[in-house]
Amino acid sequence: MELLDAFLPYLLPIVYAVAMISVFMGLCSYSVLAERKVSSWIQGRVGPNRTRLPLLGHIPILGNLLTGLGIFQPAADGLKFLFKEEIVPGHVNKFYYMLAPVVTLAPALTTMVVLPFGRYVDADGITQPLVLANVDLGMLIILGISSLGVYGIVLAGWASNSKYPFLGGIRASAQMISYELAMGLALLPVFMWAAFPGSDYGMSLFGAVQSQQTLWLFIWQPLSALIFLVALFAETNRLPFDMAESETDLVGGFHTEYGCFKFGLFFVAEYAHVIMGSALFVLLFLGGWNFLPGLADPWGNGLIGTLLSVGWFIAKVFAMIFFFIWMRWTLPRFRYDQVMSLGWKILLPLAVGNLVFNTIIIALYDTFTR
Amino acid sequence: MTDILFYVFAAITLISGLLMVVSPNAVNGAICMIICFVTTAALFVLLEAYFLAVIQVLVYAGAVMVLFLFIIMLLDVNKDTSDLLKDKMTLGASITGFTLLVILTVSVFAGGQHLPETALLPVMENPSGEGVGIPFTTSAKSFGYSLFTKYMLPFQVTGFLLLAAMIGVIVVSKKHSENS
Repeated sequence: MELLDAFLPYLLPIVYAVAMISVFMGLCSYSVLAERKVSSWIQGRVGPNRTRLPLLGHIPILGNLLTGLGIFQPAADGLKFLFKEEIVPGHVNKFYYMLAPVVTLAPALTTMVVLPFGRYVDADGITQPLVLANVDLGMLIILGISSLGVYGIVLAGWASNSKYPFLGGIRASAQMISYELAMGLALLPVFMWAAFPGSDYGMSLFGAVQSQQTLWLFIWQPLSALIFLVALFAETNRLPFDMAESETDLVGGFHTEYGCFKFGLFFVAEYAHVIMGSALFVLLFLGGWNFLPGLADPWGNGLIGTLLSVGWFIAKVFAMIFFFIWMRWTLPRFRYDQVMSLGWKILLPLAVGNLVFNTIIIALYDTFTR
Repeated sequence: MTDILFYVFAAITLISGLLMVVSPNAVNGAICMIICFVTTAALFVLLEAYFLAVIQVLVYAGAVMVLFLFIIMLLDVNKDTSDLLKDKMTLGASITGFTLLVILTVSVFAGGQHLPETALLPVMENPSGEGVGIPFTTSAKSFGYSLFTKYMLPFQVTGFLLLAAMIGVIVVSKKHSENS
């Protein structure tokens, strides 16, 4: 028992982290299913509807319903990736070839350490975030760590040692460098408004959510939201910005030479980035777990209120994931030079202008209300 | 626990730094450099200087990315680089660097001189006027206040220096068109 007491401070964070990763990976596999289902609905198809688990799938009505919705499909997908033959092409740099999928997935999982997903009221009556690590620079950490994710793609492209993956990797890196600037600059006005003088939140996402209790930032910072959303699509390598793997001109892009579970890791990493991006957009611009703009939370501060706030947040994240998928199957892909000119000639000047405009507004506001 | 983590990260930092210098393959060098920077950030985290850690990753990850691209695009990575001139240059650079290190170490630690001990700054004035002041902490806010009040001039000078470097790069790399 004493041993347990000694190790509890180290054990508990590990348990929390494992729990969060499990939920997150579950979300990842089911967003793959959502992608397949939504795409098939958009294209007038049925989508995956045959996979059936022995016992669950044979419950009279429910079983058929779940099978038709493809609920068991992610398990089949995962098993397929696991049991396929591991092929390593002869011409690759083996060490970096193996390392690349891991480097792609790890940053996406690391960023969730600072991702708040709900709130509770502690014994002193102070509202606290539900988050693994409550630090005051959540946003900076997410920007910093997620920029490491592109190394995986570039390494994959380079280690594959053939032309199409190489082009994909180079494109991914150029795109990352271009859009990261606009993304960071679009976020600055948000935090300048959220961290008013005297607040203790700084760059924390919790502060950004708490500042949206009455009005969502999406409504009064629409330009920031738009620039951030476009940059988010570019940073997650989702269509219409999936230059790294545009299959019409690059076969499969950076993962052309990958198969079986290593390809599966890239695949999961993409959805992990999508979920992280959706959660980030919800936290920053769609009010996080706050109910609706202008309305106070209808639930209280107790345990039920906490659970409902988490549920409301997750519902918003699902809506954003649907938006990501919807965009993918609606818009055609940009040409590469169009992506670059959009980033440098339109988004970056807009973001700088937005920052200067907001700075002037804040300066005037501070001058005249004091 | 913290001690163990410190030794682990310090060892990784030093080893990857060494590997970065001695590695003949430029891509390996770049990867070792990233590992070195990230573990340095981890050391900052152990000191509870989260802001420095994040900035370390944020700034250097992007910078090394660009370096990485230069390596891939401009250098012939698989070329054998052990020609005589480069060996001589490496030897000269190593001797110069080591001499500089010895001189600095001796001048700092020997002869009665030692590293300047900076006292923790007490309490800074709160520019927004309300409350008493902000204690000196490792939070981003403290960095911001001291950067924009006490260290305003060095901050501006550094910014100007970076601007000069940026303009210099553009001037050097810009191709003059024929008719101008």
